[in-house]
Amino acid sequence: MIIGGKNSLGKTISEKILSAHSGKDARSGDIVIAELDFVMAQDGTAPLAIRSFEGMGGDGIAMAGKAAFCIDHSAPSPLRAISELHALMREFAGKYGLELNDVGEGVCHQVMLDKAHALPGSLVIGADSHTCTYGAVNAFATGVGSTDMAAGLLSGSLWFRVPETMKVTVSGSLAKGVFSKDIALMMVSDITADGATYMALEIGGDAISALGLDGRLTISNLAVEMGAKVGLMEVDEKTLAFFKSRTSDRFEPVSPDPDATYQEAREYDISNLGPQVARPHAVDNVCPVEEVEGTVIAQGLIGTCTNGRLEDLRAAAEVVKGRKVARGVRMIVAPASREVMLNALREGLIEAFTEAGASVMCPGCASCVGTHQGIPGDGENVISTANRNFKGRMGNPEAFIYLASPATVAASCLKGEITDPRKVM
Amino acid sequence: MKGKAHKFGDDVNTDYIISGRHKFKTLDMNELAGHVMEDLDPHFVKRLKKGDFLVAGKNFGCGSSREQAPLALKHAGVAAVLAESFARIYFRNSINNGLPALVCDTSGIDDGDSLEVDLEAGVIRNLTKGTQIESPPLPRVMLDILSEGGLVDYMKKHGRLALD
Repeated sequence: MIIGGKNSLGKTISEKILSAHSGKDARSGDIVIAELDFVMAQDGTAPLAIRSFEGMGGDGIAMAGKAAFCIDHSAPSPLRAISELHALMREFAGKYGLELNDVGEGVCHQVMLDKAHALPGSLVIGADSHTCTYGAVNAFATGVGSTDMAAGLLSGSLWFRVPETMKVTVSGSLAKGVFSKDIALMMVSDITADGATYMALEIGGDAISALGLDGRLTISNLAVEMGAKVGLMEVDEKTLAFFKSRTSDRFEPVSPDPDATYQEAREYDISNLGPQVARPHAVDNVCPVEEVEGTVIAQGLIGTCTNGRLEDLRAAAEVVKGRKVARGVRMIVAPASREVMLNALREGLIEAFTEAGASVMCPGCASCVGTHQGIPGDGENVISTANRNFKGRMGNPEAFIYLASPATVAASCLKGEITDPRKVM
Repeated sequence: MKGKAHKFGDDVNTDYIISGRHKFKTLDMNELAGHVMEDLDPHFVKRLKKGDFLVAGKNFGCGSSREQAPLALKHAGVAAVLAESFARIYFRNSINNGLPALVCDTSGIDDGDSLEVDLEAGVIRNLTKGTQIESPPLPRVMLDILSEGGLVDYMKKHGRLALD
């Protein structure tokens, strides 16, 4: 479905941001060299970026004050070899003046938001595929590999293919016990794991406006699970309120033109949507929670760049408060950042989790990436709020990972089996 | 380039290419090369001969941004990856590291087929079946990066990216 037309003058959000950063009239399909506003890498990608940077003959960075390293994937280090890579990152950050977000600062993507490094209308690259998350605050933010990050750090620019855009409109209001993660999983199910490959998503509608920023970030976070480059949203008063206390930097929010050209459009009404679950081993293998209810679980994870924010922890704490995690279940909670952790502490959420029998980790990626903090055993089922359930993702190819909302994961931890959160709320 | 095809299906993600349980702990690509594809096929590394091709369906390389995925494949001896489509971060990473990634119709290629790939012409000849398929040309900027042997050498020579 093409809205607008091939000769339309109107532009999508992506075309506008890439035009502004390249000095060209950037249209989908064009290749442009664009100036970057911020670059980021984490401990799984930064060591290779350092090696690439040095291989390029780099002896200084073009991104002074606009570059950060985050130690979040294996933090604190579970292995001597990883400790050495962390040391390499600290040394490089010190030498070239990158902002270093060390162990405990949080998941790179939440840190980038908490510290207002990803601003509306800005162009950001991160050496992590879930960099697309900041689209929710109107940043054209996309994941790249280590060498692209190194080239950006060194020269301040990178080449981009201006993406086609899929317009996604979500309307209706969420029923009790149903959350933004359920909207996101429903979208992945419909669009599929590669249905938006190379495209940008522009996501809007009254159901998106009704969500808080935390919930919107969850949806943009899953953009890459549909193959998309970024999951963009427009700015509203909630976005502006988020940045008001965090930065005095000027920024220019970008809206699409009414006659912009879209490659495709999809519309969803979520009024009748129930809790969704992605079954092993693919994110688009989604079903209503009823179809997997009763599946015995050994571990539940609440956290990650998908669902480790304050609204997520509140939803999970509301379910478990005053109750006990089922015998034989490990419930792991990892706040997405130090700021989230502090707020959760102040609200009593950490106390509620701990009293219920959960283990609270330091802010970071926790067991999502399979290096530490809860590698499942052979044959075990895990239910997680993360964004990937690939075989071996959590460190054991013999385990089975289900993805769901924080409320569904919390309810499942109480029962020891996958549970519809509406039955315990 | 001549070699045997090792056939995989759709949606081969970067966790399958090289698992996070290996990649986070080392920069030694030869060590990682010993583990490529092992969650899908534990014997892949043993069967692979230097210069062979990895052949897949759609959305090859979906998932994380880990550059270790194409790097470890390259170090394991894979000469090129042929797939019906690639996930975009993987595709950039592959070219940036000098591992050719060819988009083509792989449905007629079976595991074990002998292939001859002409990168310049974008032509893949299936010597076992006597057939020939074509791959669309890469954007100019990617060809420039490949011709320098990857983005590291490109940047070393040019200092920054340019379109002409």
